[in-house]
Amino acid sequence: MKYVSRITRGRIRHRRAVEIIAMIAMIGSTILVIGSLLAIIGTIIWKSLPALKLSMITQTPKGGYYLGKEGGILNAIVGSLYLGLGATALALVLSLPIVLYLNLYTKKNSRLAGLTRFAFDVLWGIPSIVYGAFGFVLMMAVGLRASLLAGIITVALLEIPIMSRAIDEVMVLVPRELKEASLSLGATRLETAFKVVVRQTMPGILTAVLISFGRGIGDAASVLFTAGFTDRIPTSLLQPAATLPLAIFFQLGTPFPEVQQRAYASAAVLTLLILFISIGSRLLIRRLTKHVIK
Amino acid sequence: MDERTHISIQDLNVFYSGLHVLKNISVNIPDRKITAIIGPSGCGKTTLLKSLNRLLDALDGVRVEGKVLVDGEDIYGPKVEVTRIRKKMGLLSQKPQVLPMSIYDNVAYGPRVHGVKDKRELDRIVENFLKVAGLWDEVKGRLHHPASRLSMGQQQRLCLGRGLAVGPEIILGDEPTSALDPQSSQNVEKRLMELKQDYTVVVVTHILRQARRIADYIIFLYLGELVEHGPASEIFANPRNPRTRAYLTGEIS
Repeated sequence: MKYVSRITRGRIRHRRAVEIIAMIAMIGSTILVIGSLLAIIGTIIWKSLPALKLSMITQTPKGGYYLGKEGGILNAIVGSLYLGLGATALALVLSLPIVLYLNLYTKKNSRLAGLTRFAFDVLWGIPSIVYGAFGFVLMMAVGLRASLLAGIITVALLEIPIMSRAIDEVMVLVPRELKEASLSLGATRLETAFKVVVRQTMPGILTAVLISFGRGIGDAASVLFTAGFTDRIPTSLLQPAATLPLAIFFQLGTPFPEVQQRAYASAAVLTLLILFISIGSRLLIRRLTKHVIK
Repeated sequence: MDERTHISIQDLNVFYSGLHVLKNISVNIPDRKITAIIGPSGCGKTTLLKSLNRLLDALDGVRVEGKVLVDGEDIYGPKVEVTRIRKKMGLLSQKPQVLPMSIYDNVAYGPRVHGVKDKRELDRIVENFLKVAGLWDEVKGRLHHPASRLSMGQQQRLCLGRGLAVGPEIILGDEPTSALDPQSSQNVEKRLMELKQDYTVVVVTHILRQARRIADYIIFLYLGELVEHGPASEIFANPRNPRTRAYLTGEIS
């Protein structure tokens, strides 16, 4: 009797120790991750302080900007916004039909659906420079120069797998009964898709759009050959466009410390841009989702 | 009994990926009565119900053979438009499934899909069918609130009103009270009793007492076979088949 209880007591002590160690590990990793995030933002802002002037975001580069003279990165800010918004819009227009098709029109163990999902998973993992190279080939084939349009198409290709899979993840969770409720009222599958399924998954769709937008606007490699770079703000889709990631890349690559500081300022602008858009859309999500069935 | 037949099921066979779940079902469902499909779990009750509005053949690996005549028309015929068949029938599922929109839009959804655009016409339809479903007084001040915030019982009555708003002739209920509290169940049963004046009602139920309370006609299924069917008074008073008797007395369940 005594023997057994000693073992039991020992085991309880052991299990409690494991519990505590695991908890410390979890809290530790949380602190590490949040700490890294703060460290990144802190470093960027600290390094950019000397270069943070209003002219950075209100002016385009003047002559000799990359040698440390007057000007700003308005060209890259506007270029990135055009490119990010354009590519995300294009990606959404193409992703949504794909995902709705997968979820409402194909059978559960359809070969085609499985293959499509697998393809997206593979495409998700392909480095963006490959998309850049592919976009470049595509561009050459149709006789397009490095331009906003070519950049938008390439970044959209990069975003589609991410967006499609993220939307798909939430759409497979829509209960069959909910779709049946709509169908049994005499709605077609298309009406069910747009009026019920899209509404029900709106928070997930918006999150997917945000993730892809963040990925698209922050990507340098895919726009390197396709969007080009210019000091001017593009006024048409066929003109080249500057982007923030490339602006950071070029400025960081100069030997002048004051220009390198501007690279950090550009990074701060890019980070804040994504932050503001995230916060803005979170607020939007709250308004759009009051009807969602939990 | 001299009833007109509304739905006539003839030699219906259903296979789920090779499994024979409904075997040679032939039965006539009377017009403007409540027909209850009863039987033990897994005997094909829901399958039979869903074969009536063509929701069944949308599932993977399902094969349906035989005929289902509604108003004399075979709904499995090659030229039949599925949405028109479904418009003829309102469905109440086990757990109420409100659509992710406001109370008003839930009821207006069907009519809108079928082309009603006029705001005043929609207002009239919504008010009318919420009254028929016995929900109007509880929700008239908050028609534009999310339907998901209603209680389960209210949601089920909303689903009833929503189904009726497309102008069906038939109401199908798949254990429509099983997720509801006793009071809400009673409320839904009461609506169904009222509605049989104008509609043909078919409900699946595993609650025998519910079948006794509301049904005029009984279909008893056992392991995919139609064992017995007939007027409720006769079946409950004097079941002819030993398996029906065993089920009614609680020997099998």
